Amino acid sequence: MLNRASSFWARLDWITVGVYFLLVFLGWLNIYAAVYDQDHQNIFDISQKYGMQLLWIGASVILIIMIFLVDSRFYAAFPYPIYALVLILLLLVLAFGKEVNGAKSWIDLGLIRLQPAEFAKLSTALALAKFTSTYNFKLLKFRNLLIVGAIMFTPSLLILLQNDTGSALVYSSLILVLYREGLPGWVLVLLAFIVILFILTLLHGVGTVAFIILGLMLLYYYFNARDFRTSLIAFGILLIAYSIPYAFNYFEWFSIPTNLLIIVPFVFASIIFVYFAYRKNINRIYSIVGITLLSLMFILTVDYGFNNVLIQHQRDRINNLLGIEFDPLGAGYNVNQSLIAIGSGGFSGKGYLQGTQTKYDFVPEQSTDFIFCTVGEEWGFLGTSSILLLFTFLLIRILIIAERQKSSFTRIYAYGVASIFFFHLIINVGMTIGLAPVIGIPLPFFSYGGSSLWAFTILLFILLRLDVSRDQLLN
Amino acid sequence: MPVNNQNSDKQWVIGGIFIVLVLIFLIRLFYIQVWDNAYQLTAESNSQRHVTQYPARGLILDRNGKVLVQNQAAYDLMVVPKQVQEFDTLEFCKMLSITNKELKEKLKKAKLYSWYKPSIFLKQVSFEDYATFQEHLFRFPGFFVQTRTLRDYPMPTATHLLGYVGEVSEKQIENNSYYNLGDYIGISGIEKTYEQELRGTKGNKIFLVDVHNRIKGEFRDGDFDIMAIPGYNITTTIDAELQLFGEQLMEYKIGSIVAIEPSTGEILALISAPSYNPAMLVGRARSLNYSHLQNDSLKPLFNRALTAQYPPGSIFKIINGLIGLQGQFINWHTHFTCDKSLVGCHNHPTNDNIEKAIQFSCNPYFFQTYKKIIQQGKDNNRFIDSRYGLTYWRNYVLEFGLGKKLKSDLPNISSGSIPDTTFYDKWYGKERWAFSNIASNSIGQGEVMVVPIQMANLVAIIANKGYYITPHVVKKVGEKTNANPEFLTIHPTSIDTKWFETVQNAMYAVVNEAHGTAGRARIDSIAVCGKTGTVQNPHGEDHSVFIAFAPKDNPQIAIAVYVENSGFGGTWAAPIASLMIEKYINGEISEYNTKYKQQRILDYKPLYVEPSK
Ligand SMILES: [Zn+2]
Repeated sequence: MLNRASSFWARLDWITVGVYFLLVFLGWLNIYAAVYDQDHQNIFDISQKYGMQLLWIGASVILIIMIFLVDSRFYAAFPYPIYALVLILLLLVLAFGKEVNGAKSWIDLGLIRLQPAEFAKLSTALALAKFTSTYNFKLLKFRNLLIVGAIMFTPSLLILLQNDTGSALVYSSLILVLYREGLPGWVLVLLAFIVILFILTLLHGVGTVAFIILGLMLLYYYFNARDFRTSLIAFGILLIAYSIPYAFNYFEWFSIPTNLLIIVPFVFASIIFVYFAYRKNINRIYSIVGITLLSLMFILTVDYGFNNVLIQHQRDRINNLLGIEFDPLGAGYNVNQSLIAIGSGGFSGKGYLQGTQTKYDFVPEQSTDFIFCTVGEEWGFLGTSSILLLFTFLLIRILIIAERQKSSFTRIYAYGVASIFFFHLIINVGMTIGLAPVIGIPLPFFSYGGSSLWAFTILLFILLRLDVSRDQLLN
Repeated sequence: MPVNNQNSDKQWVIGGIFIVLVLIFLIRLFYIQVWDNAYQLTAESNSQRHVTQYPARGLILDRNGKVLVQNQAAYDLMVVPKQVQEFDTLEFCKMLSITNKELKEKLKKAKLYSWYKPSIFLKQVSFEDYATFQEHLFRFPGFFVQTRTLRDYPMPTATHLLGYVGEVSEKQIENNSYYNLGDYIGISGIEKTYEQELRGTKGNKIFLVDVHNRIKGEFRDGDFDIMAIPGYNITTTIDAELQLFGEQLMEYKIGSIVAIEPSTGEILALISAPSYNPAMLVGRARSLNYSHLQNDSLKPLFNRALTAQYPPGSIFKIINGLIGLQGQFINWHTHFTCDKSLVGCHNHPTNDNIEKAIQFSCNPYFFQTYKKIIQQGKDNNRFIDSRYGLTYWRNYVLEFGLGKKLKSDLPNISSGSIPDTTFYDKWYGKERWAFSNIASNSIGQGEVMVVPIQMANLVAIIANKGYYITPHVVKKVGEKTNANPEFLTIHPTSIDTKWFETVQNAMYAVVNEAHGTAGRARIDSIAVCGKTGTVQNPHGEDHSVFIAFAPKDNPQIAIAVYVENSGFGGTWAAPIASLMIEKYINGEISEYNTKYKQQRILDYKPLYVEPSK
């Protein structure tokens, strides 16, 4: 008995535990700073957010102990019941949930309010790991792909119905797990390409994106034909093909529908490409032309669908998501204020509790979604880069843990944990510095809130508990 | 070797994605925090001041471009508690004429609201106080002055129509994130209906200020500023001269006047008396004046033209006549004897036809007509027959814009009421009422209730020979014509044009023939058509009512006048209407009419009280 206990502590990954407590501590310091005012300085004052957060942290420690007390085999044995339970909670929340900030995502238990969406990440990661780790599992079988998709996107869909778009998008990060477990790399590239096309089309319009696609096609030609002269000629012809219809519109000789402005030069340029490519015996000419034409159709569909099929409030939501809408009090305003706050921190920051931008008014949601502004303003570049590096360290550490597992269940789960943390980090920090759309998801361990802190704690410590048994086969 | 662990090379790709994205973020952070020092402020002057830019509220103009409502500057003293340092309170209080106690209370209130957000310390400081204070501002860190605009009325007229603005309530702030504590919002009249258009959009300007609260310049050359967008000017349909004239005529009286341009539905004048000066509800004296007005027994805040419900009186005979003609229950030649045993009447020549009956306003004639409409003989049981008749009749009446709220752009319009079968079922019991119970509707004294604006609209329908466009008060928003489809839509009645011509001839006779009831409405140069009404008032003397339109061939104005407790319609309401018509069409009142007609009206002052010594 004594031996087993001592080996537990010996095998526990203390580095991760240390990083965890460091992050939680730093997170609490910043929540304190974000809501600090002279009249309430007692850190245990639970009428204030930092007092409450301290309570959540205390509860997290109890949760950690409970997680450690449970045997590893339990986690490997019961993912499906847990998954089902959380799905039921999500349904309950849809039916009886409490609405906060337009999202119906809370269950009110009187004393505390829980956000089941936060825990759905955990149950999904577990269920995905369980299903994918079955012996001799082949991801690329159609049936398996279908089930994996269902596991991933059922909770996502339910959360979307709660009007919590940000939390619903988190599940897309699990694609990384599938990639690790056998999804070909080109799928990843293709998905990234589609997402980029989609966003660029809405941000910059069909014309610009079509031009970029054609440019890529020419680049492909250049790298394969290694013929600078014909590439230049092709590019020149493309430019002319593009500018003639624009000139027609510009000088108002007669008006041409915008989409025709794009399609005509496109077809024209494709013909030139095929002609040159055929002469040069370039590989895969037709698939390249096919891909560009498909891309064109895709962006035209996106454009048309956005402007003609969607109704105004759906358009507003997508615009908000991309931060396009010009609304002084909308998304753009928040990002400006957030940039000012972070930018004003300078290299070493204004000093703890000395921030003026992040307090009370200028930056909204300063203790939850925009907590990174407080870090930026008070601790400067030193602070922000340290936090980012600390998170990166944690992510890499999780990957190392993942790769040293004997059982693939733990490995897959670990990749799930890493993907979820990564997505939260990138989107949350990205939106405060204007690199990601404002979709309101918390920064792990930093954003105020019990549900989110607990969910991330459980996510991480179940991994650490499984890691203690890394030499066992748990499937 | 772990089982089922192909693809382990992919860990490098995934780790690589993590690291590359974090690197991009680090570069971006380095750029905004270190490289681009526009975001940074010098070590000492590390404070920005966000100043809300209040857009100028749109002006309100009359139909000829005369300004009815404009803006005047006001100065609010603001405070940011966090930035306040020790200062000479004695001098401060003296400068602003407040007590030390007030100072403490106001500061406490501001701190309670927010340590970092500016809040209003003192509202609407006078220009003189502002000028003195501005010079000494640097000695009071944390305080600054914000310019706001208040409403100003160059012509004190059309109070009820224009409405007023006031501070937003906490509930409004909760419901609409646009508004903050201390903002103004339209509370009644046009200010309320067109709040969105008038208010514009607030902006935000960021200044750099040093520790002494002096402005050092713009933050990032104003890149992060948001310009305020001024509100649209609103051009009303009101003729200010006519409106003012009408208000003078109604002085010391209770009642209302509504004048409409029949072809467009544009309201030319809308007067409710007694009224008050719009300037009373502006500035610091507002709340005191408001409660004063609210407690006034004559209810000056109450817009009678839109909300006071009266029985229509004799005027309603026109509608019953039109329905009778259209349904062929009577024709032009129909003659009914003036049988005073049915219902009382006055002495008048015989009703040779419907035109004469309207001209003489014969009660028994319309009693008979209404009886034919209600008891059509569709059923042998007269109770069931009357139900059928009432519904038949009511459908026609609703077409005249009665019994429902006109979809105008003025808030709080009453609907009046036209009784239906349910109404009488509740009153008498189902199938326990017939014509005899509801006969008083025939002469407009029964359960029918109308609002003055509906009466004016009724005249517009007669002037248009059968249709109306919903009366409205806004012609243009900014430079654009009011595009509300309601104000471009023709609402027809299903009564033939020729019957309206009959009514017009009768109304012409009312004013211009020897035995008409409204000789006082005659104007030599204009063909006025009118109809008197006297509304029985259980609480006192009857109300005097008159409706009219003119000129007969090309109607330009349709008008309804109510003067409460002043007896027969021909006595007071008719001459007031004729003066309004003359003023609008001729632009001025003839010398003769000024001397006699107008002076007589001005001398009639039922509400006048000798000032006590
Ligand atoms: Zn008679």
